[in-house]
Amino acid sequence: MKKNLLKNNIVQSLLTSLICIILGMIVGFIVLLFINPAGAAEAIISIAKNFFCYNSTNMQLKYLGNTLAKTAPLLMCSLSVLFSYKVGLFNIGVAGQYVVGACACLYAALAWHLSWLPCMLLAILAGAVFGAISGALKAYFNVNEVISGIMLNWIGLYGTNMILSNVKEAASPYTYQLSAAGEQAILPTLGLGALFNNNQYVGLALPLSIICAIAIWVILEKTRFGYELKATGYNKNAAKYSGMAEKRNMILTLIIGGALAGLGGSLLYQTGYEQWQCTHSSLPAMGFNGIAAAFLGGLSPIGTIFASFFIQHITAGGTYVDKTMYCSQISDLISAIIVYLCGFVGFFKYAINTHIAKREARKGGNE
Amino acid sequence: MEQPYAIEMLNITKKFPGIVANDNITLQLKKGEIHALLGENGAGKSTLMSVLFGLYQPEEGTIKKDGQVVKIENPNDANDLGIGMVHQHFKLVECFTVLDNIILGVEPNQFGFLKKAEARKKVLELSERYGLRIDPDAKIEDITVGMQQRTEILKMLYRDNEILIFDEPTAVLTPQEINELMQIMRNLAAEGKSILFISHKLAEIMAVADRCSVLRKGKYIGTVNIADTSIPELSAMMVGRNVNFHVEKKEAKPGEVILSVENLTVASDVHKNNAVKNVSLKVHAGEIVCIAGIDGNGQTELVYALTGLKPAISGKITLHGQDITNASIRKRNVLGMSHIPEDRHKHGLVLDYSLENNLVLKRYFEPEFTNKAGMLRQNNIRAYSEKLIEQYDVRSGQGPATIARSMSGGNQQKAIIAREIDTNPELLIAVQPTRGLDVGAIEYIHKQLVAQRDAGKAVLMVSLELDEVMDVPDRILVMHDGEIVGEFDPKKTTEEELGLYMAGAKKDQVKA
Ligand SMILES: Nc1ncnc2c1ncn2[C@@H]1O[C@H](COP(=O)(O)OP(=O)(O)OP(=O)(O)O)[C@@H](O)[C@H]1O
Ligand SMILES: [Mg+2]
Repeated sequence: MKKNLLKNNIVQSLLTSLICIILGMIVGFIVLLFINPAGAAEAIISIAKNFFCYNSTNMQLKYLGNTLAKTAPLLMCSLSVLFSYKVGLFNIGVAGQYVVGACACLYAALAWHLSWLPCMLLAILAGAVFGAISGALKAYFNVNEVISGIMLNWIGLYGTNMILSNVKEAASPYTYQLSAAGEQAILPTLGLGALFNNNQYVGLALPLSIICAIAIWVILEKTRFGYELKATGYNKNAAKYSGMAEKRNMILTLIIGGALAGLGGSLLYQTGYEQWQCTHSSLPAMGFNGIAAAFLGGLSPIGTIFASFFIQHITAGGTYVDKTMYCSQISDLISAIIVYLCGFVGFFKYAINTHIAKREARKGGNE
Repeated sequence: MEQPYAIEMLNITKKFPGIVANDNITLQLKKGEIHALLGENGAGKSTLMSVLFGLYQPEEGTIKKDGQVVKIENPNDANDLGIGMVHQHFKLVECFTVLDNIILGVEPNQFGFLKKAEARKKVLELSERYGLRIDPDAKIEDITVGMQQRTEILKMLYRDNEILIFDEPTAVLTPQEINELMQIMRNLAAEGKSILFISHKLAEIMAVADRCSVLRKGKYIGTVNIADTSIPELSAMMVGRNVNFHVEKKEAKPGEVILSVENLTVASDVHKNNAVKNVSLKVHAGEIVCIAGIDGNGQTELVYALTGLKPAISGKITLHGQDITNASIRKRNVLGMSHIPEDRHKHGLVLDYSLENNLVLKRYFEPEFTNKAGMLRQNNIRAYSEKLIEQYDVRSGQGPATIARSMSGGNQQKAIIAREIDTNPELLIAVQPTRGLDVGAIEYIHKQLVAQRDAGKAVLMVSLELDEVMDVPDRILVMHDGEIVGEFDPKKTTEEELGLYMAGAKKDQVKA
């Protein structure tokens, strides 16, 4: 009975994700112990607690709202990674696609004063164009998508810094506040903010990203397009043999992946949650965390919804670590360790399966 | 008293979801004998050998080596017991050299540094001693399947294995290579090695084996001495009925030209020379044309160019009057071209897809399987695949939902054939269509090819098998070094004559 349960794919995915999370916490804890044993326990608890560290329900709700506001863009990034991965492409360019998405919507909002929908569409377009470049390079010149993705990440980052410098505050490296200079571009809250103690950052983004996740699932599992994409991912030669346009599919996949990530940029920056800092010299963690979320979610669109929330939860929790005991980068370090271990899902799945196989062999029973 | 058996597999049972692949099977391998294992596609031969090699754990049964009960939990255990295996589908690292593949996992070293020179010496000695010609520095992806197989054999010999398992070694070889392999096996047996040999070719078993065990649908049928048996008896034991080895067919009535190839030239991936040189040929409706030749003489590239897998350098290909020289693969398929590919794992199947998804690989976009909104009609796919599975007797554990990877080699092939013939093509290109099939299935497939012909379709087949070349087609074209060097009527030629042309000793001027 128990063995059967373990064999179930969904149960396995859940279990392995859980193992990764626990292991990540343990390793994070050990690192904290090394740096400063006195505060380690407290620190790891605050990371896990995140918004629960507040006493009043209202504050808890408000900060849950903040975590959710950042979950939506993360989910978009992880969907982008997942979608490309199903076709056998590793979309490491997700970070850059996310950044150019942010760039397009912010510029459109602050310089041209477009309303929210056109801004969002421009973000999608920008991400898609970046994806298309990687895709075309791969399809026609056999340039590995990882290499072109990394290059494009940096091009995207510095390009964004340059463009958005035109719409930044005179005295700071930050772009104008959206609420002041581009209010028309703020995403509708659909009244959702009211549920989170009037958190104005919660709104359209969350339901939209969840709808995207479901749409991706439907595309992959139920449509002709998904059938072709997965066939290409499993066996490129057979896809070609059967007359699928593998080159077109490859490009299309990265275009869709880029569009998803670009939308992610829009879903964060168009809430007004953050301003872009035009002196960024490293890519926002959002894109790379998307890779971790995709794997932690067992490469299932539905799984990534929860994985994205968890990773965002940990990342936000990191900011509550006592900064008098640890240097300010500690939060990033610990959440990075946990996120890193989340990538080991595949490994643990393999371990479980070989273990089952061995045990069955020894017992000599089947089914 | 001396133990006569090198290996005894006693009462082995191995189950997979939905199927008992081995049902209480007993197999005893004498020292120094060549023991053949015969059975229909999916009878459980590969499974039984995988149990012996430690890849699968049986639910029941014991294995004895030299009379002692042994536990074989993984291939390393098997290797420690001196058991080696050449798999039905080779397990070589494509981007490594032959030498690296042979020593992989048992690299001789000193303080962690490879001592490759030593390894090379031993490999070359072995290669010399058993006549296993190889180029130690060639990459696997660049060499012929024959050499890949010799690499696999050297891998076993390099590890000093005493018990050698050959799972359908001859399915991918040319007649010449088969003869060489037989001689190598005899030499090995003479040196005291014990050999288990799986083959669907009864003549080979008669020629090389000492004894033969027969399986049917997972059950053990019996073991016979080769000296006391005959081909008809073996095939009756295997399929439970008499098999007709000769293809019954009426006189062909060739109609209009379906496929016309003019001065086709195709590049080679491996050499600087072109693989196909200025080839012209025609295939008419209602005839089966067979391209015969030794593997590696341009047949593969010719078919790639015809089917669109590889571009032509020059020349013209027309299908039913339409120029398709530069048409996409999909266009060719829609125009009525069907293709049973040479390499079923590389091109023919998406191994991680279910059987049903594989059966619609060429048709999934048709209205029957995709609605206007682009959604797959899963019920129709299921119904269609059930029909094909039934009709072509494709056997597997879980029917349409079986993952193709878990199917037996022959049943994978049957699935491809079912898919390609069922599109009812104007032109069927069949490359070694019966490779890896049991005699019963071969009989069925040959009948299908003839039925296509009689229905007025054009069939172009490529075969390395002389029996098949002499029996099935209405016209034979011999290909040598990228050129068509002779055209023959199978009723008026002999295997010897074909052999001369195939070897390049004779050459005619052939006009298409
Ligand atoms: N890994 C697996 N998982 C599930 N089913 C399997 C697996 N391997 C084999 N089978 C099933 O077990 C049966 C026996 O397969 P096996 O490969 O042993 O046949 P075989 O006798 O070697 O046939 P062939 O001549 O076609 O190679 C088949 O029905 C196959 O579908
Ligand atoms: Mg087999």
